[in-house]
Amino acid sequence: MSHGSGGRQTHDLVQDLLLSRLGNKTLNRMEDSAVISPSPGSRIAMTTDSYVVQPLFFPGGDIGRLSVCGTVNDLATSGAVPQVLSLGLILEEGLEFDTLEEIVDSIARAAEEAGVLIATGDTKVINRGPGDGLYINTAGIGFIEDGIEISSYNGKPGDKVILTGPLGNHEIALMKARGLIPFETDIQSDVAPLNRYVKEVLERGGDISAIKDPTRGGLASALHEICGHSGCNVTIYEEQIPVDRNVKAVCELAGFDPLYLANEGKYIILCKPESSSLILDIFGSAGAVIGEVQERGDGKGELLMETRSGGLRRLGMLETTQLPRIC
Amino acid sequence: MCLAVPVKVLDLSVDGTARVEKDGVTLTVMSSLTPDVAPGDYVLLHAGFIIQKLDRDDAEGRIRMIKDLYDGED
Amino acid sequence: MERIKQIREALKGLGKQSATLMEVCGTHTMSIARNGIRSLLPEGVRLVSGPGCPVCVTSQGEIQTALDLAERENVLLCTFGDMMRVPGERGRLEDMDNVKIVYSPMEALTEAEKDRDRQVVFVGVGFETTSPLIAATVQEARRRKIRNFSVLPFHKTIPEALRLILSDPEVSIDGLILPGHVSVLTGRRYFDFITEYGTSGVVSGFEALDILEGIYLLLRGMEEGQREVLNNYTQVVKDEGNLQAMNTLYQVFESSDALWRGVGVIPESGLIFREQYRDFNALERFSTPVPDIPEPEGCLCGRILMGKSIPPECPWFGTECTPQRPIGPCMVSSEGTCAACYKYPEVVFKR
Repeated sequence: MSHGSGGRQTHDLVQDLLLSRLGNKTLNRMEDSAVISPSPGSRIAMTTDSYVVQPLFFPGGDIGRLSVCGTVNDLATSGAVPQVLSLGLILEEGLEFDTLEEIVDSIARAAEEAGVLIATGDTKVINRGPGDGLYINTAGIGFIEDGIEISSYNGKPGDKVILTGPLGNHEIALMKARGLIPFETDIQSDVAPLNRYVKEVLERGGDISAIKDPTRGGLASALHEICGHSGCNVTIYEEQIPVDRNVKAVCELAGFDPLYLANEGKYIILCKPESSSLILDIFGSAGAVIGEVQERGDGKGELLMETRSGGLRRLGMLETTQLPRIC
Repeated sequence: MCLAVPVKVLDLSVDGTARVEKDGVTLTVMSSLTPDVAPGDYVLLHAGFIIQKLDRDDAEGRIRMIKDLYDGED
Repeated sequence: MERIKQIREALKGLGKQSATLMEVCGTHTMSIARNGIRSLLPEGVRLVSGPGCPVCVTSQGEIQTALDLAERENVLLCTFGDMMRVPGERGRLEDMDNVKIVYSPMEALTEAEKDRDRQVVFVGVGFETTSPLIAATVQEARRRKIRNFSVLPFHKTIPEALRLILSDPEVSIDGLILPGHVSVLTGRRYFDFITEYGTSGVVSGFEALDILEGIYLLLRGMEEGQREVLNNYTQVVKDEGNLQAMNTLYQVFESSDALWRGVGVIPESGLIFREQYRDFNALERFSTPVPDIPEPEGCLCGRILMGKSIPPECPWFGTECTPQRPIGPCMVSSEGTCAACYKYPEVVFKR
């Protein structure tokens, strides 16, 4: 990848690379703005996120897949059906063309998996940085069907709290890729689009109050936010929280708390009790009901966990990202 | 003040290192401070060193007075 | 769960229902907070946290020395992750380029072996659990003739700090929950001296059940008028400890006075390199004495580490001093008493 005199040439190369892999009717028009038509009566959900993960490739995923899944999963937390994404690529001079190719391929695969189109995009090449890097911004638009009201403000006493699968795999895979932990493991990132599952739950009449993705800050930080927004207490049961045994082992060895590890393919879902088996059925057997929402008179919702030993522990937000420790 | 975790010894090398395992996670550690460990032993690991062999004959590690408390429990 | 119920019943059944107990070790402090142990104890049983958090007791001057070395040309500073966020006068290790987190001191040695033209310095912190491993790493460096490896000798040892606490008229401790993993190395007998101060102790593991059992044993012993050091972690803790490891420790290091952050100099509570291993002393190699930096004014950490004050009594706690912007050592470490109290606010720290 070169910047400066070869700029024109690079631009054409990148454009070819992108169109051949991501092309569709909207993108191929190459207009300054993409036009999409919402279905009548639906509302529009919109979100954006920037992806700066290092390294670009990690066990189970890469920055490209992450940039699609992260945005798609954010959209679907409102019950929206994701439609289109924008793709902004910022490439550092020195980035290998093959690397870019591999990442764009991964974007294409993830977009197909999620059923979204890349409707518009932009590429910039900037001066060589610290690590021959690549940064991605994606924005997404989805449509919410009439009558669907899913929001972290909507948690109601009596709702069940579901976690759709085991915690921590993504962040452990990343730490391994960064050389922060010297253990040999086959732990893979869980990065995956979840919108199809949400759509199916809603189509089959599942009654969902709120969805939250426990990314940075993990389960505890995400639930803490739900408590704040809904004004309700949430109590979870340590014993019910799924964590893979190898992830648990790494946590013990390096002193991590899995409740605060990042995930990229898991949802926390608050639902009416009668919908919980449907949701677990659709999301797969690794999920579990991990707690419930409770009335809180003063509206100052708190997150509580009943520990394995029967004690009660109040959980706060993640203060700082976790590092391997000996104490 | 110190995290130490039980792991299982897989094998030992002549250079004073050992491969250990915990629930599918393996790592190479130093065994030089515990000359009496053998493959198959459970050991306590701290900061990449084996610091003690777990006493298998005393799987509970609790003193008699406490064990008596739980009498009648299967 | 069943056993927790049984031990709680047993606790209720004791005649002795009030006592002040100190958990010496920061990992116990965190486990007590995380498992909500205080909510499971009789009303009158008060737990205070002790000085056993190596990050907390590392002095400001020592932290600044590590930061200064990381700024030097051609130096790679290796440290346990625990030290990464401790603020010095200027910056933290986390913000510096030539710093690597290691899980084991041996990883630092491997770094030195990889590039012999670069100086690799390991930040040697920790108590008797960790210092023997660092001594073993130094011996390994000598055996492999790795000369670009050195250690900042900031280790502390527990007994003299406990003597100071137990002999302080302002502190009244009825029993000690002794550090399980230190005891793996030192052995149970190492702590027999506490009975001289009329105090009992129990060597305990770190699970909720272990800690509850330890408390039960202490209270029951008091009820029977006994003064002794019990071992309820016999699977890994022996009376004599790991002799090989302790021999290794004292082949490389010898006792010296040490400055405990917030507390001051405690005689014979630190470790310095023996003459024959001086060449591994990073302070000598880089001719960098540890500067004398005064404690932040108003901070109660020194009193908290000694069991004399509790975090909410500090004017800065939770306002000026938080885990994101720690002022004092007890907030800096993830296992510090203030950090535990901040992270687990249901923890009622009773006076």
